[in-house]
Amino acid sequence: MIITVTVICTILLLIMTFVGLFRAYVGPTAADRMVAINMITTKVTTIIVMIALVTAQELYVSVALVYALIGFVTTIGVSRYLMKGKLD
Amino acid sequence: MALFIEILSSILIISGTFFFFVGVVGLIRMPDVFSRMHATTKCDTMGAGLIYFGLITWQGLTFTTLNILLILVFIWITNPTAAHYIAKSAYLLKLKDETMEGSSL
Repeated sequence: MIITVTVICTILLLIMTFVGLFRAYVGPTAADRMVAINMITTKVTTIIVMIALVTAQELYVSVALVYALIGFVTTIGVSRYLMKGKLD
Repeated sequence: MALFIEILSSILIISGTFFFFVGVVGLIRMPDVFSRMHATTKCDTMGAGLIYFGLITWQGLTFTTLNILLILVFIWITNPTAAHYIAKSAYLLKLKDETMEGSSL
């Protein structure tokens, strides 16, 4: 039962990720795109952890940790570039 | 006991998916950058916390579960920080644009 619930929730999260990608495509300003990309990063981290536990491949959990790290650094870097116009 | 744990874990995972859904609806339907940020960041943090606690309840206390807990603490620290930084840059950009255009706030 729990495996079925997790698989269905993973598929729903995948659909929601693509809906969020729509906002990243049409967003009027750059900050809208940054908000959408930040949300997509959290969703993809959750999807990776759920897939790792359903398929019992526990090494993928570390992949999710690295993905969360890269997403945070990307958000901070792009926001700083938008704010100051340079990266230093 | 195993059935009770499975039901509790299923309820937690479904609640987390619902919070993610609310965040996506707010991201699509809200009119402004700051309203969208208000919807997405809180709902994302809450949804990720519920889903991870559901998975931890399902798996029990193992090394993998400690790794998931590490990811959860990391998300709970970095997601509000990133939202604060995006809001700061969006506010400064809007202020700069409106002084360029000469319109009122």
